[in-house]
Amino acid sequence: MRILALAGRRLLSSVPTLLIILAGLFLLLQLAPGDTVDALVAQMGGGDQKMADELRRFYGLDAPVVVQLGRYMWRLVQLDLGYSAIYGKPVANVILERLPATLLLMGSALSFAFFAGIALGILAARRVNQWPDTLISTLGLVFYATPSFWFGLMGIVVFAVKLAWLPPGGFETVGAGYAGLARVLDIARYLVLPTLTLALIFLAIYLRIMRASMLEVLTLDFVRTARAKGVAEQAVIVRHVLRNALLPVVTLIGLQAGTMLGGSVVVESVFALPGLGRLAYESVVQRDLNTLLGIVFVSALLVITVNFVVDLIYARLDPRIG
Amino acid sequence: MTTFWRLYARSPAAVAGLALLILVIAMAMTAGLLFPGNPLELAGPPLIWPFQDARFPLGTDNSGRDIAAQIFHGARISLLIGLCAMALAIAIGIVLGALAGFYAGLADDILMRITEAFQTLPNFLLLLVLVAVFGSTLPTVAIAIGLVSWQAPARLTRAEFLSLRTREFVQAGRTIGLGDATLIFREILPNALPPVIVYASVVMAVAILLESALAFLSLSDPNVASWGNLIGLGRGVLRSEWYVSAIPGVAILVTVLAVSLVGQGLNDALNPRLRRR
Repeated sequence: MRILALAGRRLLSSVPTLLIILAGLFLLLQLAPGDTVDALVAQMGGGDQKMADELRRFYGLDAPVVVQLGRYMWRLVQLDLGYSAIYGKPVANVILERLPATLLLMGSALSFAFFAGIALGILAARRVNQWPDTLISTLGLVFYATPSFWFGLMGIVVFAVKLAWLPPGGFETVGAGYAGLARVLDIARYLVLPTLTLALIFLAIYLRIMRASMLEVLTLDFVRTARAKGVAEQAVIVRHVLRNALLPVVTLIGLQAGTMLGGSVVVESVFALPGLGRLAYESVVQRDLNTLLGIVFVSALLVITVNFVVDLIYARLDPRIG
Repeated sequence: MTTFWRLYARSPAAVAGLALLILVIAMAMTAGLLFPGNPLELAGPPLIWPFQDARFPLGTDNSGRDIAAQIFHGARISLLIGLCAMALAIAIGIVLGALAGFYAGLADDILMRITEAFQTLPNFLLLLVLVAVFGSTLPTVAIAIGLVSWQAPARLTRAEFLSLRTREFVQAGRTIGLGDATLIFREILPNALPPVIVYASVVMAVAILLESALAFLSLSDPNVASWGNLIGLGRGVLRSEWYVSAIPGVAILVTVLAVSLVGQGLNDALNPRLRRR
């Protein structure tokens, strides 16, 4: 119960952070050249000043900045994310349409990076300084240095163009009308390359941290005791070392959640996935202030939630906490 | 100096990284000699494959521009942006971290809140917003990347300062009447710098990757021969002339790898506890 209270307290202290972010971003975006109405008028193919002024009055963009900020904050407290002028729908709807793709992508990328990174890190630590370790560490370093969008493009060239094993982009086969398991498998096929691309750099990071962490824990006294007791090496690793070595990696997940969301912007662009990342990019280009702030709000919520879950897992792994 | 070099040279990876980095720097410096003129000028027929034509060792892109020229000139851009963004991020991080760590208490709380705010927000999103607000010229991009990368150096500096501020030499300094500013910048900072300097290589590597991602999305300066620009350009001909995207990507990989290896080498050389490897 104490764990919940501790994590809950951290959750609560994130609320002012959230407000700072939103207020700061709102004020920052006021400095952008051109606003939503300019983009709208451009989309409509031009219009006179009177129409632009009328639109501004309709969307409340003619009020002073402080008033606009106040109105926005007040609506936010009521969980009303506003109206997107570009898409003609409430922002919440636009975001909810795009959320599943991003969540699916991030979830699978995180799981893959986590489990593969840990497995490879353990393997490298078990055979430290021998050829498996050198190979894995070098691969990790190369993956860390690879630009994710370039890896995605090369993946498309190899697997979609040359080998035709996987589709080059999109979320599912359009118009095929799959349902149930067939649909799940279809979407899974489309998500293989994007997941690998997004997971790449995090795999490298988790690998390195896990390896370093394992090496550190393996030198501690209790491991020596367990070996002296005659516990088999496999059991020593799994039952004693792993739990302790996992702690830095789990913390890292929380810290990197935001970076992964940023990475999804590029990956979604490369693979034409209908997700939040691409929506953010489009909102920036189209000066859709409300949608952009809505996305920032949702992504901050996502990061805070991930940190909350990480806190709980951390407390579960380390009995010294809570 | 020779002992430092000996420590550094113990790791073959670090030496390899340094060699690669010197190669990239050489590319940047000789770009004007080997490929004079504007690399973005039309040089020949479009879409020639690499190693086909002696005039264009790495081929030409969709518009007929020399890829080799763009790679060499692009090295300048990447290194320049990496260095400037890193310098800015480190400068901001050191100042904020020093203030937070030295004064602790309320200043620390406020600065940590701000750092947390920056860390909750995905930094690529903030980068997009900054570029949208302030434009896509090279200096703006470099400043924007610096502005999203200062959090980790700040935390590192703060941690160092928090542990160093209670040491005797600080107390001695206070006793002889040294002011706060002198204490921070002349006494504590030189001791707090080593981990931050090593982390600077990570910041530089990430800065190069961020700039190339921006260029790929067509949000960076289109008037310079950036590697990311070339990759984005090659996307249109990916099915057949995939080398247009492949070659600059390899260049980015090599550069970031070199910077990372050098940073790791510095870390291992400066950290006396890492004798195990």
